[in-house]
Amino acid sequence: MLEKDVSLVEGAIKEYYFNHFDLIGIPSKISQREFGYQKINGGMIRHVAINDIKELHLLLMRETPSDVYCSNAYYSFPSMPMSEKDWKGADLIFDIDAKDLGLSCRNDHSVSRCSECHDTVIGKQTACAKCGSTKSELVSVACKNCIAESKVETKKLIQILVSDLGIRDEEIEVYFSGNEGFHLRVVNNSYEILESQQRADLADYVMFNGAIPETFGMKKQNNSKSTLPEMGEFGWRGRVAENLFGSKSKAAKMSRQIILDGYSAFQVRLDSMRQTIGARIDPKVTMDIHRIFRLEGSINSKSGFSKFKCKNIDEFDPFTDAVLLGEEKAEVIANCPVQIKLKNKKFGPYSNERVSVPKYAAVYMICKGLASAV
Amino acid sequence: MLHPGIMDLAKYPFLAEAGEYLRDKGFNLEQLGHPDWTPLVEKAYGRIVVASSGQVYGSDTERLENPDMEILSFIVAVILLKAASIHTLTRRFALAEARRAERYLQRDLWSNKEKKNLELPLKIIQELFGVEVKVENDEFVIKVADYLQRAVHFHEKEWKLVNRRIQNGFVYLTAHETVRLIRTELGQYINSRIQSISLHLIPDTFKASVQDLVSLASKFSDAVVISSDYPPCVKHAIEVLEKGENLPHSGRFLLATYLLARGQTTDQIAPLFKNAPDYNERITRYQLEHIAGSSGKGTKYQCPSCDKIRSENLCFAIAECDGIINPIQFGKKRGKTNA
Repeated sequence: MLEKDVSLVEGAIKEYYFNHFDLIGIPSKISQREFGYQKINGGMIRHVAINDIKELHLLLMRETPSDVYCSNAYYSFPSMPMSEKDWKGADLIFDIDAKDLGLSCRNDHSVSRCSECHDTVIGKQTACAKCGSTKSELVSVACKNCIAESKVETKKLIQILVSDLGIRDEEIEVYFSGNEGFHLRVVNNSYEILESQQRADLADYVMFNGAIPETFGMKKQNNSKSTLPEMGEFGWRGRVAENLFGSKSKAAKMSRQIILDGYSAFQVRLDSMRQTIGARIDPKVTMDIHRIFRLEGSINSKSGFSKFKCKNIDEFDPFTDAVLLGEEKAEVIANCPVQIKLKNKKFGPYSNERVSVPKYAAVYMICKGLASAV
Repeated sequence: MLHPGIMDLAKYPFLAEAGEYLRDKGFNLEQLGHPDWTPLVEKAYGRIVVASSGQVYGSDTERLENPDMEILSFIVAVILLKAASIHTLTRRFALAEARRAERYLQRDLWSNKEKKNLELPLKIIQELFGVEVKVENDEFVIKVADYLQRAVHFHEKEWKLVNRRIQNGFVYLTAHETVRLIRTELGQYINSRIQSISLHLIPDTFKASVQDLVSLASKFSDAVVISSDYPPCVKHAIEVLEKGENLPHSGRFLLATYLLARGQTTDQIAPLFKNAPDYNERITRYQLEHIAGSSGKGTKYQCPSCDKIRSENLCFAIAECDGIINPIQFGKKRGKTNA
C-alpha cells in the first residue's frame, strides 16, 4: 500500500480505536491469551501477551494495527514459543465465509485488478485488456446475497450447536467477520479441552461429513428390512428424514422407494445432502487449537469494517451496522467498476476519477485496492 | 470408594481393592513362592501367553468358580511381567486384560440395567476414567466431549460423531459401545498399574516362568516392507501442482511433510512447487526449511493424519489406504516374522 493510503487508513483506524474501544470484545482470561497483530505492509507479530484491558487499549493506540488477533486458546505462558506455552484449553470457534459457499453471484461482484497497470474490470480475466499482463488479483466487494447466504449457514450451525451439542444460546457469540462472513465463538467448559483431531470430528458433525447409510437404518445386506428415520426425530436422523420426505404424508411411500433404490444410491443421496443440511463452515478454523482469531470489535483491513457482534442476525446489516469509521470527507482517485452501497449511500461506479467520499468509503475502496488517497 | 465384592474383584482384579483383599486374607509373595503354589504360577504364565497371542484369557470361565485363583493369577502374572520387564508383553497383557474386563463390564451393565443396580460398572467407568454414564431407558448416555475424546481413536466410520445419535449434548450408546469406548484407557490403566509396582526380589519358583517369557517375547519383532508408491492424497497434490493449479496451504504442507518424512531433502522437494501460481523460490525454500526443522525454532513438523487430510478435503482414499491413519503408513505392510 502506498504511503498516502497508509496514512489515511491508519488515521481512520486510530480514530476508531479512540472512539469505539467499548466495542472491543475483551476475551475472558485475557492474560492467558496469545495476541497477534499486523500493521499495513508489515508482517505478523505473534506471541504477544497482554495483562489487562488497559494494555490492550494502549497497544491499539500505539501500534494502530491494521488487524488484531487473539488466540482461542489460553495458556500458562502465552508469550513463549508455541511448544512452551502450556496449552490449557480453547474456545470452540467457527468461521463461515461467503467465498467458500460456491455462490453464483461471486463473479458479478468480483473485480479483477491487474498487478501491473492496476486496471480494474468486473469478473475474472485471464489477461489484462489494457497491458496484456496475466498477473491479477481478484477482490470481492460488498454483496447482499453473500451475506444473506452466510446468515443461512450461520443459523443452521447455531441450530445444530444448540439442539444436538447441548450448547446454550447464551454461550454462543455471533460476529460479522468484518468482510464476507460470520465468526462464532462458543464459550462452554465441556468442549474447551477438546484437541485438534476431536474438533475435526466435531466439524465433520456440523458439516454432515462422513455419514453412512447404516446410521439412517439402511442395511447393506438384507436391504428390504431397512427402516428409515421418521420426521421429528432428533439430530441428523430427523433432518435427513425431513430432507428426504418433505412432509409426513409422503414419508411412507417415499421411504419404500428409497429402500428399493438400494444402499449405494442412499449413500449418494447422503453425500449430496451435505450442501443443504450441513453447516458449511471452514473446518480448518474449528480444528485449529492454536489459532489467533480476529479480535472481536477490531477493524478488518480487507474492508475497514469492524468485526461486529450480531445480537439479532436477521436484522443485522453489515454494510450499515459494521461501518464505523469516520464520516468526514476524504479525497481519493477511485477506480471501482462496481457500485457499492454503504450506510445506505451509493458510491460509484468510478473510472479513475477523483472523488470526495466519506472516510469509511474511502478506506473501503483503498483496502480493496480500488482507490488511492490523493 | 468402589466397595467391590470378591466376585467383582475376580472380574476386575486390576482394581486397587484386589491388593487390599489379598493382604486382608494374609497372602504375601514369600508364601506364593512355596512349591505348593506352582499351579498358580503356571496359571499366571498361561494368562500372559494367551494375552500375547492376542486372545482374551478365561472368557469361557463365566462362573468364576474360584475367585481367589482369578485374583491371584492376575497378581502373579503382573509380578512375572514386571520381572521379565518386556514392554511388548506388558502392553499385550494389559490390552487383553482390558478386553476381558470389558466383557464383564458389558455383561454387568446389560444384566443389571433392569435391576437399576448399575453402581459398580458405572462407578468403575467414572472413577477410573472420569466419564459419567447415565442410563436412559435402554441406553447409556455420555457427554459429547467425553465421547469425542475417546472415539477419535477408532477408525471405523460408525464411530464418527455424525453417525451417532445425539441429543442435547449427549451421545446414546449400547452397553457394548460404552465399554468399547474405554478399552484403550482400561488397557493404559492396567499398564500403568503394572508399571507403578516396585519389585525387589522374586521367589525362585517364579524364575523359570520369567525366563520363558523372555524367550516368548523374542517372537514379536515386526518386519516392514516399504513400497515406493505414493498415497493418493500425495499423488493428487503433485498432480495439482504439475498442472499449475493452486494447491491450498494444507495440501502443500501435506506434500512437504510427507516427502521430508520419506527422506527427501528440501532441495529435492522445492522444484515441485515451481508451477504454483504464486511460486517464489526464496519463500518456498524458507517454508520448507521451517517445516523440516532446519530453520526457525527447530521444530520438525509431522505429516498430518488421514483424519485431518479428510477434513481438509484432500483425501482420495483407495482400497490400499484401508487400515492406515497417516499417509506415511501407505504401502508399508506389517508382517510378523519368527526371527
